[in-house]
Amino acid sequence: MQETQEKQARGRTPTWVIGTVPLLLLGALVWVFLTYGPLGVFQAAFPPVEELSIQRIVLPEPGVIQLEIINGGPDPVTVAQVLVDEAYWVHTIEPARTIPRLGRATITIPYSWVEGDTHEIMLITATGVTFTAEIAVATESPKPNALYLGTFTLLGIYVGVIPVGIGLLWFPFLRRITRRWLNFFLALTVGLLLFLGVDAVAEALELAAEQVPGPFQGVALILIGGLGTFLALDAFVRWTTSGARDETRARLVLAYMIALGIGLHNLGEGLAIGAAYAVGEISLGAFLVLGFMLHNTTEGLAIVAPIAKDRPARLLGHLAAMGALAGAPTIAGTWIGGFTYSPIWATFFLAVGAGAIFQVVHAIGKLMRQQSDDRASRLFNAAGLMAGLVIMYVTGLLVTA
Amino acid sequence: MSSEKVTRRGFLKLSAVGAAGVSGGAALLQRERGLASDVPTAPQGNGDPYDSHFGLGGVGDVDLTKFDPSAYLTDFDYGEVSTLENGQTLREYTIVSVDKEIEVAPGIYFPAWTYNGQVPGPTLRATEGDRIRIHFTNAGSHPHTLHFHGIHAVNMDGVWEVIENGQSYTYEFDAEPFGLHLYHCHTTPLKTHIHKGLYGVFIVDPPAPRPPAKELVMMMNGFDTNFDGDNEIYAVNTVGFHFMRHPIPIKKDELVRIYLVNITEFDPINSIHIHANFFDIYPTGTRLEPDGFTDTAMFCQGERAILEFRYKFPGNFIFHAHQSEFSELGWFGTFEVTE
Repeated sequence: MQETQEKQARGRTPTWVIGTVPLLLLGALVWVFLTYGPLGVFQAAFPPVEELSIQRIVLPEPGVIQLEIINGGPDPVTVAQVLVDEAYWVHTIEPARTIPRLGRATITIPYSWVEGDTHEIMLITATGVTFTAEIAVATESPKPNALYLGTFTLLGIYVGVIPVGIGLLWFPFLRRITRRWLNFFLALTVGLLLFLGVDAVAEALELAAEQVPGPFQGVALILIGGLGTFLALDAFVRWTTSGARDETRARLVLAYMIALGIGLHNLGEGLAIGAAYAVGEISLGAFLVLGFMLHNTTEGLAIVAPIAKDRPARLLGHLAAMGALAGAPTIAGTWIGGFTYSPIWATFFLAVGAGAIFQVVHAIGKLMRQQSDDRASRLFNAAGLMAGLVIMYVTGLLVTA
Repeated sequence: MSSEKVTRRGFLKLSAVGAAGVSGGAALLQRERGLASDVPTAPQGNGDPYDSHFGLGGVGDVDLTKFDPSAYLTDFDYGEVSTLENGQTLREYTIVSVDKEIEVAPGIYFPAWTYNGQVPGPTLRATEGDRIRIHFTNAGSHPHTLHFHGIHAVNMDGVWEVIENGQSYTYEFDAEPFGLHLYHCHTTPLKTHIHKGLYGVFIVDPPAPRPPAKELVMMMNGFDTNFDGDNEIYAVNTVGFHFMRHPIPIKKDELVRIYLVNITEFDPINSIHIHANFFDIYPTGTRLEPDGFTDTAMFCQGERAILEFRYKFPGNFIFHAHQSEFSELGWFGTFEVTE
């Protein structure tokens, strides 16, 4: 009887129509606004809010400066003049001097920039608003040729692949220690990962605030990228390990997840290194590369800790695969960062890396809770976690140089 | 060493600060004339200066039908002339203050406050001893005044009697002393009312006129287009680089007399340097004998001088502020000297 009533109620108007009514009303309202303009208060003659975002500065050859800009404001913006180091300069703007909302333009300035100097570029719009960007250390931008590809690849291998590989060699050591000490190192891994995750989020937030044009909503990108990755990986892990009572396999999957998370993190790191190298921000002294190597070696330890007590088949193959998964993205990162760079994508990738890392932290934590039932092991775990954070902090000091 | 400042976090930040370099040298651009590396080495220097000067000067031109700085050079307002009962010459002027958007460099518009719709306001000219009567009406959105540099009664000084929007006031005084003077709004906040454009030149000729010459009025001014208390544009006669795009024609050996006034706001001084020449300088124009013979002079705000010189050689000679910063921000021009 009740069911029949519900059916009748549903029967009169299809559900999707009812669901669409608010949307139709909204559409009508938008149409009215666009046709007749906003009525009343909004029509006051506010000065237009202009917002230009300088995305990249490229020095493709001596005597030429190129800028890529995005209009992140609500209205079109006209770039009237361009100044270099407080001097009005000739230039061209493609495709047009007036840039629509969310539109892009490339400004080319013939200017004999000075190797190693700092230069300031200022754009003045038709309304006299100014936007400035700095070339901190002028140096010719890398081109994707054999020399730079080689340099970046080597860079990626140094700071990504080699350290992770070395870290993996802790595997035999981990096999010999007791369960309690192994848990200590697992906790240490959690500490390392937490540090990397928080670091990535902080960097992403900084980029979002400083470089991502308003309409692209950097913080929302971070939320979507980070949480999306977390949920996707979590579902993936459940799917690959469900049903199988095989805990060995579950831990192997976990190790791969750690490798993936670290790989995504290293992609972001490579991106930053490549971009900085491209503009001569870092000359990559031996000490700096050394710092990154020490810093990243700990990542290898993190990968193998979960499988230390297992004897999976084709162990060497797995180790190699996990090492590549964690280290190789650094190379790709340096390429992308060195040859093309977008703060929007960089923010998103950082968030994806952070999401992956937090998923792994979540998974290891679950694993450890199952294995640590007495007070002493909890103490070991806490100590391990803190040790991980401190190791990252101290090796981070080396990178800071 | 710069690399030592880099941190793990700093990498992204640095690259983000806009230094973000990249690009695979994809599009190598078409080089244009004016490229720094193409600086012409023509011995005469008689080429088109706008093209050849290292790419300095920006692009385009302003709408000269609205305001032409070249026309302003020689545009003198002698007023409506009549004779008073006592035989004194009376010159009557009408000045209305209006808000108006002006173009201060190609494509850059500035919401100015103006006298008679132009910045600088009209150049008022009289002879020492004339009676000056100015009918001032404030049609702008803010209260304004007219403050003349000269000798006059306190209620003619344009300080205490602030003229509200829609009101009028008549300023009346004798033109004295002879020399090169200026007028400007003296309503507070002063910085705002002056840099917005409320100023003009006031020339009082000596009873016995100066020798005939090509006379040019130049007002050194600047515009703070983004309102940060610092000028984005410097110029003589408002438009940055105008006299680079439109050189001032001069005949060789012709006597040139420049009435130069500095009203530049925000900066303590401004200056002028004339190339390949020296000039007689008459500070404030209140003496008929020159005070010096030089090629560079500097002025605080409100300071002015008459400069006299002749060009011995033909060619394009530049003149500019001898603060490189100001000249590269627009205070830069050219004399085109011909036989």
